[in-house]
Amino acid sequence: MNQQLPALLIIAPFLSALIISIAGWVNKRLCFPIAVVGLSIAAWSSVGLLLRVLDEGLVLYRLGGWDPPMGIAYYVDHLNGLVLTVVSVVALLNLIASKKTIEQDFPEKIGPFYTLYVLMVTGLLGIVVTGDAFNLYVLLEIAALTGYGLLAMGEDRAPLATLNYLYMGTIGACFYLLGVGYLYVVTGSLNMVDIARILPALYQSKAVLAAFMICMIGVWLKMAFFPLHAWLPNAYTYAPSAASSLIAPLVTKVMIYVMIRLILTVFTPKYVFSTLTVSEPIVWLAVIAIVMGAIFALSERNLKKMLTYVIIAEVGYMVGGAWLGNRAGMTGAILHIANDALMTLCVFLVVGNIVYKVKGYAFEDLKGLFRKMPFTMGAFVIGALSIIGVPPTCGFFSKWYLISGAIQAGHYGFMVALLFSSLVNVVLFFRVIEIAYYEPFAEHHGHNSLPEQMAEAPLMMLVPLLIVAAGLVLVGMYTSDIVNHIIQFAIPKGLV
Amino acid sequence: MPDLISIIVAKYNYWMYIILMMIGLYAMIAKNNLVKKVVGMNIFQTAIILLYVSIGAKKGATIPILEHVHSEQAHAAGSHMIQSVEYINPLPHVLMLTAIVVAVATLGVALALLIRVYNRHQTLEEDEILAQIREK
Repeated sequence: MNQQLPALLIIAPFLSALIISIAGWVNKRLCFPIAVVGLSIAAWSSVGLLLRVLDEGLVLYRLGGWDPPMGIAYYVDHLNGLVLTVVSVVALLNLIASKKTIEQDFPEKIGPFYTLYVLMVTGLLGIVVTGDAFNLYVLLEIAALTGYGLLAMGEDRAPLATLNYLYMGTIGACFYLLGVGYLYVVTGSLNMVDIARILPALYQSKAVLAAFMICMIGVWLKMAFFPLHAWLPNAYTYAPSAASSLIAPLVTKVMIYVMIRLILTVFTPKYVFSTLTVSEPIVWLAVIAIVMGAIFALSERNLKKMLTYVIIAEVGYMVGGAWLGNRAGMTGAILHIANDALMTLCVFLVVGNIVYKVKGYAFEDLKGLFRKMPFTMGAFVIGALSIIGVPPTCGFFSKWYLISGAIQAGHYGFMVALLFSSLVNVVLFFRVIEIAYYEPFAEHHGHNSLPEQMAEAPLMMLVPLLIVAAGLVLVGMYTSDIVNHIIQFAIPKGLV
Repeated sequence: MPDLISIIVAKYNYWMYIILMMIGLYAMIAKNNLVKKVVGMNIFQTAIILLYVSIGAKKGATIPILEHVHSEQAHAAGSHMIQSVEYINPLPHVLMLTAIVVAVATLGVALALLIRVYNRHQTLEEDEILAQIREK
């Protein structure tokens, strides 16, 4: 059984997605338990895989028993062991937390929603676990197509926003496919390890350079790296809260994992940081991404949309950190994948709870919420502190690594951008907290008749949120263990 | 000048795919109608599919089916019997079967979204939809 974990990781959610779509016709109440079982098996196998990787190093799984360069192989090392665990745990927690909002938002579409949800998680896990460049493209499209379906279930403007995402996302995936095509032309292989073995002789080739840059642009489009970010805010804002709290924490983070995988495994740091001389301008692009994300976030009067711009700034953190070209920066970027997934999940679950109770997420809807929903807002404060980067929470530590990476690389612009973004985050989140704490509850929409009483979200939504909030502090306290036992081995020794 | 022409002619499949891709990209950027953007997207995807198909082709090669040869014999006989030059490379073509399926699925999702946008706004011209949104 233990030998089959990498396959189980994908098969379990995939089959449960199929079963859910059938069960949805029979009885809608069956969908949720099946989804929980499928994602629990996935979470269990990814944790098992991570433990096995910690024990014995790289795990290689040959699908169908075919040997790597010909067959498709799944490679699990420290890097994707960590990301797999994060993805499956975040998806499971959000699944449980969002049960009530799904029942409230679209009671007649429960079956299709869970099918798409679980299928999307299958795609994301597949992207992370696969060791085949073309297989990655297919899984990327599985995750993207299901994501379009989930996002479009939202408010009035959701279909149009999703359509824009679809245009951009398709271009992004096609660019990635084109880059893989170039790699196939020069190397004749699609297996990532095999490509990395063949490439060093071709490092001077213009086709390899083209392949690398085209893949990068495709991945940047998918992760909403600043000049290519235009699709993200609307698509995530108008989505149903259950979908946005799945997609916002995971999709951009998984795409950053793909970028780091391309840099570290396929093209190797030697090529990316020594042979090419593009890292300096890309870090500057990341600086612009961080600053612009922060400024756009400041101009929003709407909590959910503000958070989407915070995501764009965070993408800038991770791209910049990865491209600094030193160990500290890369450590910070990988650590931030895990931390940012949890932080974003935390704040988006808070938005979900607020929408569930108050039916709105504009700043005016937040008035008096600390009295009404103290636990939810308490979790929001922890999430906000983590995004700002206050010490006991995990956000501080990844930012610390990123800043020390920036100092090592002598890239002070990136350091200043990180500090600027932290300061802006202080303003952003304390503005929200101030409105929610000091302003009296407004009688609007007529949804609530007893303003001063506590009307907390149901326990089923609250408990996962509090677990995530506690997780932010716990991950922060165990940062040194994560870095010393996992991330340290995820980065090749050549990178100092 | 003759050099340039011979370069273009020698690699005409690449030029064709780039031209098609740019047509698709232009439609997606410049067209105002959402359906035309979807068509542009499809041309864009097809261009990449054509690139893959063209890199598998070889001059004078045939389809990769070995006649009257059992697999054990083929292995035993070694490389002198099967020359890879004589057969086109099937792998890119197989990959593109998957990519075509993906393109069709994307088209389906896009059309479904277009129907919802049309039901909501009664138009598919992007500027009119944006004007409607701004009015509110």
